[in-house]
Amino acid sequence: MAVAASAASSPPTRPRGDGPLAALFIAPALLGFLVFLLWPTLRGIWLSFTRFNLLTPAEPVGLDNYERMLNDPIFWESMKATVSYVVINIGVQTVAALGIAVLLQRLTRSALLRSVVLTPYLVSNVVAGIVFLWILDTQMGIGNEIVVALGVDRIPFLTDETWAIPVIALINVWRHVGYTALLLFAGLQAIPNIMYEAARVDGAGEWRMFWRVTLPLLRPVLAVVLIMTMIGSFQVFDTVAVTTMGGPANATNVLQFYIYGTAFGRFQFGYASAMSVALLVVLSAITVLQYRLTRAGHSDLG
Amino acid sequence: MTRTTSPGRIAAWAAMGAIVIVTLLPFYWILRTALSGNTALVENPSSPLPTGFTLGGFERALGMQSTEEAIAQGGAGASLDFWRYLLNSTITSTLITVCQILFSAMAAYAFARLRWRGRDTVFGLFLAGLMVPTIFTLLPNFVLIKELGLIDSLLGISLPTMFMTPFAVFFLRQFFLNLPREVEEAALLDGAGKVRIFFRVLLPMAATPVLTLSVLTYITAWNDYFWPLMVSYSDSSRVLTVALAVFRAQTPQAGTDWSGLMAATLIAALPMLVLFLVCARRIVNSIAFTGIK
Repeated sequence: MAVAASAASSPPTRPRGDGPLAALFIAPALLGFLVFLLWPTLRGIWLSFTRFNLLTPAEPVGLDNYERMLNDPIFWESMKATVSYVVINIGVQTVAALGIAVLLQRLTRSALLRSVVLTPYLVSNVVAGIVFLWILDTQMGIGNEIVVALGVDRIPFLTDETWAIPVIALINVWRHVGYTALLLFAGLQAIPNIMYEAARVDGAGEWRMFWRVTLPLLRPVLAVVLIMTMIGSFQVFDTVAVTTMGGPANATNVLQFYIYGTAFGRFQFGYASAMSVALLVVLSAITVLQYRLTRAGHSDLG
Repeated sequence: MTRTTSPGRIAAWAAMGAIVIVTLLPFYWILRTALSGNTALVENPSSPLPTGFTLGGFERALGMQSTEEAIAQGGAGASLDFWRYLLNSTITSTLITVCQILFSAMAAYAFARLRWRGRDTVFGLFLAGLMVPTIFTLLPNFVLIKELGLIDSLLGISLPTMFMTPFAVFFLRQFFLNLPREVEEAALLDGAGKVRIFFRVLLPMAATPVLTLSVLTYITAWNDYFWPLMVSYSDSSRVLTVALAVFRAQTPQAGTDWSGLMAATLIAALPMLVLFLVCARRIVNSIAFTGIK
């Protein structure tokens, strides 16, 4: 081919003129990027300024959707439900994952145990949701049988307004904590063993080493993991859809579920898009803020 | 080196044991319920072993029972064919994984090794794509797939993630950048074209990251629920996650068909669990390896 010939005749370290070949190699990915990522992103923003029911063409309405959003009590309830979900989900998950990662690092390096903690990640959110729907069933679930055996009244885990959000948050901790723990474990592996040896010579126990060595050196990894899991957490939908359907009384009507209902239940794609943009703004703000606060780019390892 | 029987270590092992139990017990409970009969489950909700042993749950999930039979055993009697959904899940996940990884690898090669005008601009654009959460593109992509007339088709489910993800391109580009150039230069001097070099030299050298990425992509595609839920309306394009949610929503008069539902859950979860059994080490290592996805 001409490309190969020209490359062979010039010094091979600086190949030039790969234009046609590059175009061929980049074409499928670029097509996918433009059609299914860039265009939908721009279109999503555009749709948020329109009234659109999918059947007739979108009709521009200026800021109407955003005005409606600010005055929509269900939107704010939904935001509140989402934030409480994220706080519980990320709070519990980060602490638990850190604990598991440290146990995997300091107690045993067993590859089998690492596989075991990852197992729930292999099944879908739908599977996780349905299994716990059964385990936590008020009348027949083994969870409630245990509760009764402990001498307490049955708890309507997923049908009670106060319980539903924390329970859904914990179901998702069950599925994701192993994955998060392995990410943190990878970060722990990067801490040189000599740090622990030095601390031990100084007479530090495991508890002190965790606070003085592990945590400070893990901070950059922890920050990135936190940003990543939090962004994922805000997008909760699957578990709600299969367990509570947003109920009882909107208690678990998380943002993504409300957006889905607005679009596919009421065919208000414009308003649904405006709420999507709101979520996008929140997620971007969190990323920027968290990155700054935790100085994620810097490592104490230097 | 360390004292093996200190109270701290015992407590740590106890914690580890508790974690393992909480992690694995739900899987056992799926199996135990799937092998139980619905009537027996009401009478013996806490029996640790299957109660009223039957394979009826699996028969219902796989559409092997008549409506009367299914209703008699506590099922909804609606037609369900998990073989079909299994096939649909396999087709979409395979299509997404094979195409996405191939096209992403090709793009990564163009970014890492070829010289062309606008390369850095296009790459910057791809990187910016990392910032857009997938969920934001779902609604507009649904509108697009509808305009393309691909609603309720397996292609419609696969299309948006079939060409690339910014992460896959970014990850593979990083790998290609770190490969020594000597191998390619030797092949170039031998007169091999760059297309040949990519498929015969670079891609085989990238086998490990490509496989790693493929496994993770396959798991993600297999477990996806939200997007197929939007696009799929009938059995012809229904994947396992959506089918499972549909099964859960069909409540028979006598209450949920837990035995059938857990059998269906097991069928939906089993392929990934088997994949995990076969290559657990690769998957576990891949998480550390690909780092932050």
